[in-house]
Amino acid sequence: MSDAATEDRLLFKGADWDFGTIQRIHDACEEIALGELGLTVYPNRIEVISAEQMLDAYASVGLPLFYRHWSFGKHFAQHEALYRKGLRGLAYEIVINSDPCVSYVMEENTATLQALVIAHAAFGHNHFFRNNRLFLEWTDAKGILDYLEFAKGYVARCEEQHGEMAVERVLDSAHALMNYGVHRHRRRVLDLRSEEQRERDRRQHDEQMYNVLWSTLPEKPMVPPAKGEEERRRALLQLPQENLLYFLEKVAPRLQPWQREILRIVRNIAQYFHPQRQTKMMNEGCATYVHYRILNRLHEQGRISDGALLEALHSHTSVILQPEFDDPRYSGINPYALGFAMMEDIERICRDPTEEDREWFPDFAGCGDPMPVLREAWAEYRDESFILQFLSPRLMRKLRLFHVVDDAAEPVLRVEAVHDERGYRRLRRALARQYDPAWTDPDIQVVDVDLSGDRRLILEHRTHAGRLLEEQEARQVLRHLASLWGYDVLLREVEPASGASLREHAVSPPRT
Amino acid sequence: MQILDRRLNPRGRSLPNRQRFLRRAKALVQEAVRDASARRDIRDADAGGEVSIPLHGIREPSFHFGSGGIRDHVLPGNKEYREGDEIPRPPEGGGGGGSEGSPDGGGEDAFRFVLSREEFLDLFLDDLELPDLAKRRLVEGADPAWHRAGYSVSGSPANLALARTMRNSLSRRIALRRPKPEAVAELEAAIAELEAAGDAPEALVALRAELERQLRRTQRIPYIDPVDVRYRRFEPVPKPVAQAVMFCLMDVSGSMTEDMKDLAKRFYTLLYIFLQRRYKHVEIVFIRHTHEASEVDEETFFHSRETGGTLVSTALEEMQRVVSERFPPAEWNIYAAQASDGDNASGDSQKTAQLLIDNILPACQYYAYIEVGRDGEHGMPGFPRGPTDLWRTYEALVAAGAPMAMKKVRHRREIFPVFRELFQRRAPGEEARA
Repeated sequence: MSDAATEDRLLFKGADWDFGTIQRIHDACEEIALGELGLTVYPNRIEVISAEQMLDAYASVGLPLFYRHWSFGKHFAQHEALYRKGLRGLAYEIVINSDPCVSYVMEENTATLQALVIAHAAFGHNHFFRNNRLFLEWTDAKGILDYLEFAKGYVARCEEQHGEMAVERVLDSAHALMNYGVHRHRRRVLDLRSEEQRERDRRQHDEQMYNVLWSTLPEKPMVPPAKGEEERRRALLQLPQENLLYFLEKVAPRLQPWQREILRIVRNIAQYFHPQRQTKMMNEGCATYVHYRILNRLHEQGRISDGALLEALHSHTSVILQPEFDDPRYSGINPYALGFAMMEDIERICRDPTEEDREWFPDFAGCGDPMPVLREAWAEYRDESFILQFLSPRLMRKLRLFHVVDDAAEPVLRVEAVHDERGYRRLRRALARQYDPAWTDPDIQVVDVDLSGDRRLILEHRTHAGRLLEEQEARQVLRHLASLWGYDVLLREVEPASGASLREHAVSPPRT
Repeated sequence: MQILDRRLNPRGRSLPNRQRFLRRAKALVQEAVRDASARRDIRDADAGGEVSIPLHGIREPSFHFGSGGIRDHVLPGNKEYREGDEIPRPPEGGGGGGSEGSPDGGGEDAFRFVLSREEFLDLFLDDLELPDLAKRRLVEGADPAWHRAGYSVSGSPANLALARTMRNSLSRRIALRRPKPEAVAELEAAIAELEAAGDAPEALVALRAELERQLRRTQRIPYIDPVDVRYRRFEPVPKPVAQAVMFCLMDVSGSMTEDMKDLAKRFYTLLYIFLQRRYKHVEIVFIRHTHEASEVDEETFFHSRETGGTLVSTALEEMQRVVSERFPPAEWNIYAAQASDGDNASGDSQKTAQLLIDNILPACQYYAYIEVGRDGEHGMPGFPRGPTDLWRTYEALVAAGAPMAMKKVRHRREIFPVFRELFQRRAPGEEARA
């Protein structure tokens, strides 16, 4: 092939790009992603933004539009200060789990970085969103953008009607409980598009059914509750309930309808993000693996130059850097590093397994083509189960993982397991647990409330391994909870086996 | 696939969130601004900049585990550990097993961010409890004056430059040889004449064709074309700016406490900001005095201590010297602000008054005296304090109609009323245009 012909095949030369370049890069990546890797994706929408807009997006948890709240202003100020001092760079991209899948790319990126970003976000993440079971079951990619629009408008209307401060108080309280605003177990079909309609219908219904005559009826005399009523009332209230925001929205006696709707909005958004928390490592691993494959393939096809590949690899390696535990840069396990390492390891096991791999992964060791295995893993697992299923002894040795137990009652830390024959399975189980919200988040549920009595809300923290809540913050959160509930709140931290109470926090709502 | 360019979208999407955040943290930010303005030089008083507020005031709480109990850590990069090894516990907060961080990152106890110039000034002025109107005058820059500056091809109809437009139109019509109305009338008359005579049909046809041609030309070349239109153009010209010098005089003898100096500093700062709005170039001269006076830099002025008696006249003499050496009153607007606790050596009063009347006041635009005192100092039962020496001296001057403002200040909210006089005094002249 002559030089001129090679030049012609290049998607871009140098660092500059225009919209035509982006289109060509996208099409070339698409050919490889869909044709050779067999990915399935939502249609892509690529939006070019400036650094300031990237900071904006950071501030509102990466969403393109969101309701107004001071905490986003705080995050913006924080990111801005760090960015201006040069302490922190900005992400090259942000991608949103929506249909069409929106990827934001920065205008400062070079053409090579745009190729990297498009392969990473528009195909890697996009495929994951489109196929992973958690996302399919718990989020509604079609409806999210419309729902955010509705949420923003609704909160703005509430601010006009009830005052900024009143809305802020509800949002503050709701945000404090955001992590406890998700359903973890029951499967619910979510349809965000109908949410707005539902809210409108309900209000209309209330207005139509209002009849002033009802308010003239004499009140019924109070009937003392019968014995054995307790069980019935718990069943009626669906207790115990782990979704605190859901419970408050449905049951809290003193909330206005608009306050319930705001709780619902916060809860729906928490639910939308819930799968991302559980699949962070896999999601990044998938995207990193995909961009790595695509860029190498583009280079093989002669569509990006040697220089561009080196630039891309430079970014790639700094993203997947995993400092060791005694390195000052160490701040936990890098999800990109572990994710990419596991994907590559699976590829190796499929193509070139050792005896050990055949023993550990009889299902797919040596099957030749890694893509079906990876695609199934990306679709069916979350971080915790993925590690439990796919982390190989060889990778544990490579990363030199070890498990330390820190018992506050002991004077020293103990090494529980290391990367050897005796330790592999225990090590893997311990690592998987670090990715399981059931282990990392305190397990707090509403257990009882006597609506016809003193209306005290009783919650239980089922402790594990003697770990109690951080007291000061717990009390602050409980104050928020009490202000929504309107009556006293009691949180009991109990030992699950014996039911013994370890500590209690009682909080009364603020007097207004 | 779609590509959208969002770069041109309206900026400042998170501005409302920022305003909410500042409102929320107002008490904390205000304190930070107060600290910052006490620390920085008067000259940088309104520069904006980084402030730091305690994190606990703006924390977003959430349930999370406290210390204690049993924790598991899986870490990469094992070097020598074997199963069952024991590791001494790393000191609190030090690396080791640090997979748990505080949820808002870093575990810092201060939150640092940058305030813009407007935000900073707003909070600073707010702290002084200024009336809103005065505040606006301070914050807004000077309005530009509009001056005629030639012509432009676009503008509002009200600014249409008729004569210039017609001149362009005329020269264009001449250049393009648009037929004059008289020439057309002449032709028509000739045609009518021929028609009446009816003897030269060929000449008639030629004339008609000529008329037709002229009329077409008239239509094709308009009387006034958009290219002729001119508008009067105006340009914003900054109002004539002048230079001002501000003299800060202060008694630094032992009786002035840090609190008093802080009040004085606020007063100077406010005067400086005020002057900056009006003058392009503002110099500051610091003169401190005990029983003798000297010109010093700002750091020394506010922070170094001196001992000695109190002779106010020395400061005035020093000021007079500086004025005559460097700031001729014809070229500079001179402002002076004096802060003192009111002590003056008896016997100096006469000299002070004479200096003011003869030399200082005629050269000054404005002379302000604030007498600083501690909260409640003057109201102590059993210790009635009459007016101080200096106060009595100046009171007599003001009563005689000298252009100066004087005020007792015990709290920062009392600083502004001193300025009110300044505003009032200038109201008929300069202020009327603002």
